[in-house]
Amino acid sequence: MTYPLPFGELHGVFGWLYELLESTGLPQPWLDVVRYAALGALVFGVISLLALFLVWWERKIAAHIQQRFGPMRHGWHGWYQTVADAVKLLTKEDILVDTRDKFVFFWAPVICFVAAFLAYVTIPFGEGLIVADLNIGILYIMAITTFTIISLLMAGWGSNNKYALLGGIRSAAQLISYEIPMVASILVVVLFVGSMSMVDIVEAQSGWITNWYVFRVPFGPIAFITYIIAATAEANRTPFDIPEAEQELVAGYNIEYSGMKFAMFFLAEFANGFTVSAIAVTLFFGGWHGPFLPSWVWFLLKTLGVVFLLMLFRWTYPRLRVDQLMEFAWKFLVPVTFANLILAAWMKYAGWYW
Amino acid sequence: MAELRTEEFTVNMGPHHPSTHGVCRLILTLSGEKVIKIVPVIGYLHRALEKICENRTYAQCIPVMDRFEYVTAMSCEYLFSNAAEKLAEIEVPERAEYLRVIMLELNRIASHLIFYGVTAMDIGALTPFLYGLREREGIIDLFEMTCGQRLTYNYIRIGGVSKDIPPQFEPKCRETIKTIREKLNDYEGLLNENPIWLVRNKGIGVLPADLGIAYGVSGPVLRASGVKYDIRKDDPYSIYDRFDFEIPTRENGDCYDRYLLRLDEIKQSLNIVEQALDALPEGDIKAKVSPNFKPPAGEVYARVENSRGELGVYIQSDGGKKPLRVKMRGGSFNQLQVLPEIGTDCLVADLVAIFASLDIILPEVDR
Repeated sequence: MTYPLPFGELHGVFGWLYELLESTGLPQPWLDVVRYAALGALVFGVISLLALFLVWWERKIAAHIQQRFGPMRHGWHGWYQTVADAVKLLTKEDILVDTRDKFVFFWAPVICFVAAFLAYVTIPFGEGLIVADLNIGILYIMAITTFTIISLLMAGWGSNNKYALLGGIRSAAQLISYEIPMVASILVVVLFVGSMSMVDIVEAQSGWITNWYVFRVPFGPIAFITYIIAATAEANRTPFDIPEAEQELVAGYNIEYSGMKFAMFFLAEFANGFTVSAIAVTLFFGGWHGPFLPSWVWFLLKTLGVVFLLMLFRWTYPRLRVDQLMEFAWKFLVPVTFANLILAAWMKYAGWYW
Repeated sequence: MAELRTEEFTVNMGPHHPSTHGVCRLILTLSGEKVIKIVPVIGYLHRALEKICENRTYAQCIPVMDRFEYVTAMSCEYLFSNAAEKLAEIEVPERAEYLRVIMLELNRIASHLIFYGVTAMDIGALTPFLYGLREREGIIDLFEMTCGQRLTYNYIRIGGVSKDIPPQFEPKCRETIKTIREKLNDYEGLLNENPIWLVRNKGIGVLPADLGIAYGVSGPVLRASGVKYDIRKDDPYSIYDRFDFEIPTRENGDCYDRYLLRLDEIKQSLNIVEQALDALPEGDIKAKVSPNFKPPAGEVYARVENSRGELGVYIQSDGGKKPLRVKMRGGSFNQLQVLPEIGTDCLVADLVAIFASLDIILPEVDR
């Protein structure tokens, strides 16, 4: 696809860089390389910073729920604890199992991380702060995050470990099942907006807070609740964290991974947690809209609020069993979301909505 | 369409596994996620404690007993002291008996609090573990205040107890009781009615009463199946006949009932401790017993109700200063034997829940 401007929607923010490069007289192909490299580095920087922050934040929240302090030693309330952890993981020995499937074992964390990474391309962080405003934005995110399933299956298979295999199979079953109610919840919003572009969806919710889709009774709240349940499962978090159920499968699919390979899974998990929250904010909470503060601050605040909700779930609830999880998806979530979708479609057709 | 080939596979659950509570190894035959065969392998912690006791004087056996079942070490100490006292017909002072009961019951509460936390953690709720240990801390502080130790106390000795309680013990103890009573409501609010907790525990791992009796299961696990059997009432030892307390029972014998029953027991134990504190008499804390005392030749079996069922010791004496033979009987051993009966034909996740609800402690199984 082609962009009207060299940095797409971000041109207003990074255009000066491009103009600077242009003034050096480099040929056009080189400029393109620089442009894409800069965009990639930008997304990578954002995702890494966010994941590092979320790891620290989760540890603090868990600690305070459990009446502990959590990390306290490194900086103010241990703020660079996760930086230290990341450095440790980078420099750690990469322990490999002899019986692994070399190709699959190596590529699993890469695919997992890249899938989490690519999803950030169409997330609107603020007004004009989107790497590419695809006209199929939300569909693109759903498609890209599905790669996670493949990577988890690959990790489970490539490790040649029975616990890992069980974890991989569990994750495939779970993620495929919860994809359906998730998409059906998202479709309700897409139906009302009439567009899959993330920017269009946010623009449709401008103005008063009542324009947020979460307040469009009765479909909005139902869609949001079913979405957040399915999203918790998509992000592999308690009460749906059966792929890596520590007490049953020890660590699940990532049992044989260590060092940076493990870190990639770990960061991808937190990045996915942020992605599903960002989608929730974009679809249901008006995206970047908000008074006084800059748009990206509003977006981050709202998204972190949703992330906080996911973290509360995690540190409060026990875990479901694998068959109960599937039953819940197929016998409850799927019928509810489809009924909601059909009802919403009919109301839209009849024109009974505001 | 080609026929799919399926096969069962064997998984080693343990000895290093987060939810086997120590070093128990279960050889599981799985068909997909379904457990079709369980073979427990024990003995990783075998230290030959019974044999070690035969090479020590009676007084030296007490610290060994602490290592027998360290989560409720007090009951093991009491058990051995009681057996030796029965053998040598030693009269224990009144105050010492009261102190023993206080310590035994506090230790039972501490053990059940650990159970609460660990079970919740095995089902995937990580937070209750910290809460359980937080309240246990108050009890452990009381022990530390009294005898200087937090896990292996060496407090109950033959003929009495080693030290009297300090003056600040009683107010601190009452405060701890009050805190635990308050916090128990929080615990129940967090899990008892939680729908996920209910579907994970209700109807899982049902132990019929007759099967439990056939396997020699005792304690909370048997009482959760509806059998009202508690040695504190049925064969009272120490001064338990003086206290007013109930033996809670439940009907279904599933994981959920075993969990609720232990919470009920905590409440009853709190009552006993309070009554004992109210009635605590003044006086000696230890009868005069020589460290090298020689009980007359004979044999004795003593038993107590600890937090995991009937704990018993059989001592044979030839009149020397060391016991001739010592044989222990622990509740966890029988509970582990019944696991293959109630744990097969369920999913791996259920097996973890059942294992947690039996509250097995491996040092006691392995001796």
